[in-house]
Amino acid sequence: MAPVRFSLNGRAVAEDRVPPTTTLLDYLRGTRRLTGTKEGCAEGDCGACTVAVARADGGWQAVNACLMLLPQVDGTAVVTVEGLAATDGALHPVQQALVEADATQCGFCTPGFAMAMFAFQHGGEPPEDDRIHEALAGNLCRCTGYRPIVDACRRLAGTAPMPVPTAGIAAASDAFGDDGHRFFAPSTLSGLTALVERYPDAWLLGGGTDLGLTVTKQRQRPTVVISTARVPELKRISVTDDAVEFGGAVTYTEALPHLDASFPSFAALVRRIGSRQIRNLGTLAGNLANASPIGDTPPCLMALDAEIVLGSATGQRRIPADRFITGYRRTALQPGEVIEAIRIPTLRAGERFVAYKLSKRFDQDISAVVAAFRVTTQDGALTGLRAFYGGMAATTARAVAVEAALTGRPWSAGSLAGIDAAIAQDFTPLDDQRATAGYRLAAAANLLRRLAAETSHDPAPVRLEAL
Amino acid sequence: MNAPPPTPTGTARRGAHAAVRHDSAVGHVTGRAVYLDDMPLPPNALEAALVLSTHPHARLRGIDLSAALAVPGVVAAITAGDIPGRNDIGPILRNEPALADGLAEYAGHPVAAVAAETLEAAREGAARVVVDYEPLPTVLTVEEALEHKLYVAPPQVMTRGDPDAALAAAPIRLSGEVRCGGQDHFYLEGQIAIAIPGEDRDMQVYSSTQHPTEVQHGVAHLLGLPFNQVTVEVRRMGGAFGGKESQATIIAGIAAVLAAKSGRPVKLRLARDDDMLATGKRHPFLIRYDAGIDAKGRILALDMTLAADAGNIADLTPPVVTRALCHVDNCYWLPHVRVTGLACKTHKVSNTAFRGFGGPQGMLAIEALVDDVARHLRLPADTVRARNFYGIERDNVTPYGMAVEDNIIARVTGELARAVDLPGWRAAVDAFNATSPVVRKGLATVPVKFGISFNLPTLNQAGALVHVYTDGSVHLNHGGTEMGQGLFVKVAQVVAEAFSIDVSMIRISATSTGKVPNTSATAASSGSDLNGMAALNAAETIRGRMAEVMAERFAVPVGEIVFDDGRVFARNESLAFGELAQLCWSRRVSLSSTGFYRTPKIHWDAATCTGRPFFYFTYGAAAAEVAIDTLTGELRVLRAELLQDCGASLNPAIDLGQIEGAFVQGIGWLTSEELWWDPSGALRTHGPSTYKIPGSRDVPPVFNARLLADAPNREATVFRSKAVGEPPLMLALSVWLAIRDAVASVGPVGAKVDLDAPATPTRVLAAVERVRGR
Repeated sequence: MAPVRFSLNGRAVAEDRVPPTTTLLDYLRGTRRLTGTKEGCAEGDCGACTVAVARADGGWQAVNACLMLLPQVDGTAVVTVEGLAATDGALHPVQQALVEADATQCGFCTPGFAMAMFAFQHGGEPPEDDRIHEALAGNLCRCTGYRPIVDACRRLAGTAPMPVPTAGIAAASDAFGDDGHRFFAPSTLSGLTALVERYPDAWLLGGGTDLGLTVTKQRQRPTVVISTARVPELKRISVTDDAVEFGGAVTYTEALPHLDASFPSFAALVRRIGSRQIRNLGTLAGNLANASPIGDTPPCLMALDAEIVLGSATGQRRIPADRFITGYRRTALQPGEVIEAIRIPTLRAGERFVAYKLSKRFDQDISAVVAAFRVTTQDGALTGLRAFYGGMAATTARAVAVEAALTGRPWSAGSLAGIDAAIAQDFTPLDDQRATAGYRLAAAANLLRRLAAETSHDPAPVRLEAL
Repeated sequence: MNAPPPTPTGTARRGAHAAVRHDSAVGHVTGRAVYLDDMPLPPNALEAALVLSTHPHARLRGIDLSAALAVPGVVAAITAGDIPGRNDIGPILRNEPALADGLAEYAGHPVAAVAAETLEAAREGAARVVVDYEPLPTVLTVEEALEHKLYVAPPQVMTRGDPDAALAAAPIRLSGEVRCGGQDHFYLEGQIAIAIPGEDRDMQVYSSTQHPTEVQHGVAHLLGLPFNQVTVEVRRMGGAFGGKESQATIIAGIAAVLAAKSGRPVKLRLARDDDMLATGKRHPFLIRYDAGIDAKGRILALDMTLAADAGNIADLTPPVVTRALCHVDNCYWLPHVRVTGLACKTHKVSNTAFRGFGGPQGMLAIEALVDDVARHLRLPADTVRARNFYGIERDNVTPYGMAVEDNIIARVTGELARAVDLPGWRAAVDAFNATSPVVRKGLATVPVKFGISFNLPTLNQAGALVHVYTDGSVHLNHGGTEMGQGLFVKVAQVVAEAFSIDVSMIRISATSTGKVPNTSATAASSGSDLNGMAALNAAETIRGRMAEVMAERFAVPVGEIVFDDGRVFARNESLAFGELAQLCWSRRVSLSSTGFYRTPKIHWDAATCTGRPFFYFTYGAAAAEVAIDTLTGELRVLRAELLQDCGASLNPAIDLGQIEGAFVQGIGWLTSEELWWDPSGALRTHGPSTYKIPGSRDVPPVFNARLLADAPNREATVFRSKAVGEPPLMLALSVWLAIRDAVASVGPVGAKVDLDAPATPTRVLAAVERVRGR
């Protein structure tokens, strides 16, 4: 078994002293005594543990160190807050901007913000408010009220980003750990499926943004972890006239430009999944394989009638997305199978796709209700509707009665009179910490009213993003 | 990379009223500022974890630690029976145990703790502790507690005039009910303490606490030690907001008992979920009122009950209720009034201090009433407010008998209204709503008057310790704690001002019970008022001695000695400050002094709820615009304009940060932050994935906070400044009232808006449907 090799704040590291189930955060704080990176929640929601990671072929990305297992950084460069300032102590521009904006109070969240801003600066995006909020959505501050932090981001325009160091990040290994705990990072699809067949109880790790929680929250220490992240076949994105196809290891961040082009409403929804830290690691396939009733992408993939390509050592099969999830956190994946790709057919003339997410907070919140609709209209009538909801049942579920009630009728606000009854026929949701059952029913029906208004060119704004 | 942070190089004196940057800003951005979890531990130190009750109310028939002790690496495990002293850390009342003793009273109640060689082993051990619960009947809501008259402390009643007769005589009667939720502090640094045993049972404790003295007392009680054997130190906290006032003592106490038992240093750092499950929060309140008003909207009589959900024990609930009662008047003259405060016992985590300390809930109560009155009478809410404002010469006495002598309510609200063109703003909101059936806007203002001083006069004292060294550098220590609010730099500015030296000459040091004893919590917005004055007292004592040496040296009257910009002048002669310090030493004059301060004028009679509990009031006003989606209940805050009275601000940059931060925290309390218990009594919002504090996008895109200009404190506070920590949080009530305004816009004019806090999408949508009459 090989050591984990990476660049840490510009210095080459080869680490073989710690188990491969050690989180990057515990490694940095404990083994390396780099205590600038903080633990605020150990669930990837507060951002205090944010560090930046880069591959030789890519730029700096912000990630949550609390959710990453150490071997996930093999072959990368990692920068922590300790690596920002110059060797003479001169502050990095993001640090200087935070100081000058009076953007620190208690300071505990600050290193995480500095690293999120560092990645934002590297990306070269215009410092517009919408981009800034997107870049900061994964970082919580309880003291400042954010205004000075956002101001600090605005000051970054035109400052030069840090080059990715090349030392120590070229060589990547494919197996780590010892007999107690193994971490495999195969670099071919055949290698991956062979391992999945050999270790049927292994954790299959995409970005680890969900499985990482079982390490931090439930103290689970899996004996075998198999990462999909290095398999080139699973990183493929193909765009044809007929479909957009995402490999099983494509992250949200990698998928977003293509979703923007083909399914902008889907892309807008994906930008509200987790934070950039999460989306830089998390995968579309992982969200699907999770089979959570409140996953945001399954309703979209089902409404779009996506096809899931499943691969194993013995071959390949394809099933429609709406047959992939078979129950509460259960899927159609057979032992030895992985999600090779997700194929989303492009919209035909007359078709529109719209997705909505309702939550207490706009950014980085788990949906109370998520709804996805593929709408086909012709001459003012609704000729086709695929409607899927999350948060309304134990799994992502199709609104069969809603589809039946609306399809083939004139498409306007007037035809929605019976929609509350149809929703109530389709769903019996629960009260929980995200919303009451009554809210879910009322809002689910009202989202169809919003849909009708938005797809029939009502001039008045029907949602807050339009303001 | 490891170079020391650059020292400030400015030569100008940066004393009182200067916008000096936070002293740790460079440490914060480089990650070099040390928090407790970053401290290197002694090599034999242990890490610890808590065992939390899984039942909201259960007899503990037995706790079996054997499986925990069998986990490799586990060194010690304790239950209440292992506490050598008295199992009591109650800040006010007695019998509030650190570890549940025979009875668990909330899901999350610490019942045992485990220490091990590693954190992983400690948490594994804690998970293996077997607790035999005998479940008991539960009371989970304020309504149930009211029904059974279950209280953690006696009711408090504040009465003035004859409210019953005035209610009966009033031309119009309005009654109503409104609820506000609790709030988790969500300090980014969770609760943590390190206990290091020393010689002769001494215990050194590093605690992330706002109240080192209370930690000292709690640890001493638990270990059965005199106070002088326990020393508590804190350099900085990663946020606190009241959550580390009494709650930190639980954590430090358990760490100390584990350290005493094992004889080894112990660090107890709570995982976020344990922190949110085990420690107290802001009190939810149920408010019921019966008001008598006239046709102009004047409140002639008020009978109001404020029922706080105390949780399982009193903790700080009695004074929280007192402060709520002292703030139901907000800015309004209430001629005949009875306000009853109830501290309801429920089988939930005991609620505690949180920025505002009952004040926000009291103010929400009266503002809900004013809003109801305005809608009932179809009058603009600001008109109703102005008609009820305290007078200057008459109608100027609070329900608790304190004259409002520093009333600038009309000035503050007037300046804000003019600065933001309220009529034009109102017209724009109405015009938008006229053509927007789905998305509706709302606009509201709120005035705030907040009383400064701890309600209990005894607590309004502070100590400081100042040393001047012979190079002219100054060591500063005081009883206040730094939680990010900028207290340390403010007090350093006070000392810089006293000596007329640059603030960079002053080294701020960690708060320690060994340096300044018998301190009060850094709370009630009082940190700089109290500790600033104590430090000023110490500095002035030393300056007086130095002036005498200078006078003697140059043979001039001491009254002519001038300290100015790093030098000390005696007519045409001068010495650098450090040269004079050296001269003092050589002449055997002490360059060290303690300082002390006690707030004057204040008194309080708890039996009658009367007195002058507050040295002064601070004032503010806000206007906010929101938009709601009437299909989904989603909301956004579009604009907020704030004006806050800080007296002659000690540090405008720090104060601005407090105003903005408190306001956004208030938005969170009133909108997205919802604590949700399932029917079994388990808190289901115990991490940031389920408990949603505001993010950067939730800050209004148009957000202007201003400090009131030319408003020195009438009272002789430190350089005529005013406290700032809590008051601006209540400015966020403007957001909640604006949501009510937006909801009202979909119903008939005059319809009552029935909206509690927090205004989650669920509550907003339900309120929209109710106002529409569905």
